[in-house]
Amino acid sequence: MIEFRSVTKKFPDGTVAVDDFSLTMPSHETTVLVGSSGCGKTTILRMINRMVEPTSGQILIDDVDVSGQDKVGLRRSIGYVLQAAGLLPHRRVVDNVATVPMLNGTPKKDAREAALGLLDKVGLDRSLGARYPRQLSGGQQQRVGVARALASDPNILLMDEPFGAVDPIVRADLQAELTRLQKELGKTIVFVTHDIDEAFALADQVVIFRKGGRIAQQGTPAEILANPADEFVETFIGADRGRRRLRVRDSTEDGGPAGGPQVLVDGDGRVAGVLDERGPTR
Amino acid sequence: MNFVLDALRYIFDPASWAAGATSPLPLGDRLVEHLEYTAISAGAAALIALPLGFYIGHTGRWRQTVIGVTGAMRALPALGVLFFITMVAGYQLPFLVAATVGSLIALTLLAIPSILAGAYSGLESVDRQTIDAARANGMTEMQILFRVEIPLALPLIIGGLRAAVLQVIATATIASFAGLGGLGRVITSGIALNDFTVILAGALLVTALALVVDGLFAIVQKLTATRFEAGARSGADASVAAVGPE
Repeated sequence: MIEFRSVTKKFPDGTVAVDDFSLTMPSHETTVLVGSSGCGKTTILRMINRMVEPTSGQILIDDVDVSGQDKVGLRRSIGYVLQAAGLLPHRRVVDNVATVPMLNGTPKKDAREAALGLLDKVGLDRSLGARYPRQLSGGQQQRVGVARALASDPNILLMDEPFGAVDPIVRADLQAELTRLQKELGKTIVFVTHDIDEAFALADQVVIFRKGGRIAQQGTPAEILANPADEFVETFIGADRGRRRLRVRDSTEDGGPAGGPQVLVDGDGRVAGVLDERGPTR
Repeated sequence: MNFVLDALRYIFDPASWAAGATSPLPLGDRLVEHLEYTAISAGAAALIALPLGFYIGHTGRWRQTVIGVTGAMRALPALGVLFFITMVAGYQLPFLVAATVGSLIALTLLAIPSILAGAYSGLESVDRQTIDAARANGMTEMQILFRVEIPLALPLIIGGLRAAVLQVIATATIASFAGLGGLGRVITSGIALNDFTVILAGALLVTALALVVDGLFAIVQKLTATRFEAGARSGADASVAAVGPE
């Protein structure tokens, strides 16, 4: 469990990125921080592993204040995935994945073998391990970034807009992969994004931000969709434009036979999909 | 073209390299001296400039000051510095030692700016996100410096060393006017004897030395630059087996 207790961050130039922020991020769940750029969400994420120090307030991981812990040790115990993957360009993919275990003194051979196993886990071919990051596609690099973050088997995974730089198809792929991984691993994930759809796709808990690191609303995706707290949230999730208000349109309206599949349309009358009454197919 | 042939004949004459030949011969001794001076002053300059450059590049502190100072140092006329320091040293030391010590100090000073600039601009050229990621993964500042910044900055660091070494080779030649040995001695002797063949022979030797050393540096620089770029591609497949589980 990660707990923020009235945390404030004021940068030397006077901007207040985060103001009196309190939040609990439950263990083994995915908390997604979502908001437009400059709302302080990345600052909040980076305070967890002390990449940014709060001006006041406390951050606790499992009831232990992080400010009393050794920065380097703390960071090695927390997985971190960045937007551009942030791989070391002069090291092969396996060695990138093995970075943290090797820093912790795991022998090179063991760390590399474990790294190859992690490549399997994130859906990459082992043969890519011998390549350099530059020789991989953006999506593959992100997968390597996730594998590196998992290498020391941390309890906490921090993800800073990790899928922001890849195209929509690859992004959907990566989201599905992360959902699958999370089912298997049950990490405490803190995920930052500006994409509300991504937030709803991944989150157990969504936290929507206004400027200055202020929470506009927090809750499960269903709670937020069902009861947007105010106009800001409505606009942010697209409820005001009717994008989230789906209704069933009878198939006969489209000239189909009665009793055929029912088409769902959104508030603006645009087709959103069909209603599957059989429930989830799996 | 006869004078060029004469000069080449002089260079390749075994008598010019025979032990005990009269000054400025044997050429081999002058060549070794020249390399020694270069190694000593470039080495001393690297010992001073590399740590300083790494500090500036890593922390970003003192950057403006150092850019100003090194810029000014680069503008110093080599010959002026050489004579000034040799003369200052001459007040304290016996004449022969003063020439050597003074020249070496001057050459060291002249080599510092290039090495310093290569070191800090090399570190600055490393992608900030890469460094941020290394830090977020739990590398200490020293590990970031030695495992991320320096390896990635290597081509530029070597570029700085390359420029410095070439400058020292060139300037060490004119240092013979201030009493230093080396290949410049061949040229000064030629001037004193009014012997164009000897002057040209000395000039050709210095040029050849500079080209060879520059070529070696170019190769090293190329190797470090391509290690993780184009050159890596060919090596990638071959080493799959090496990284695979045994």
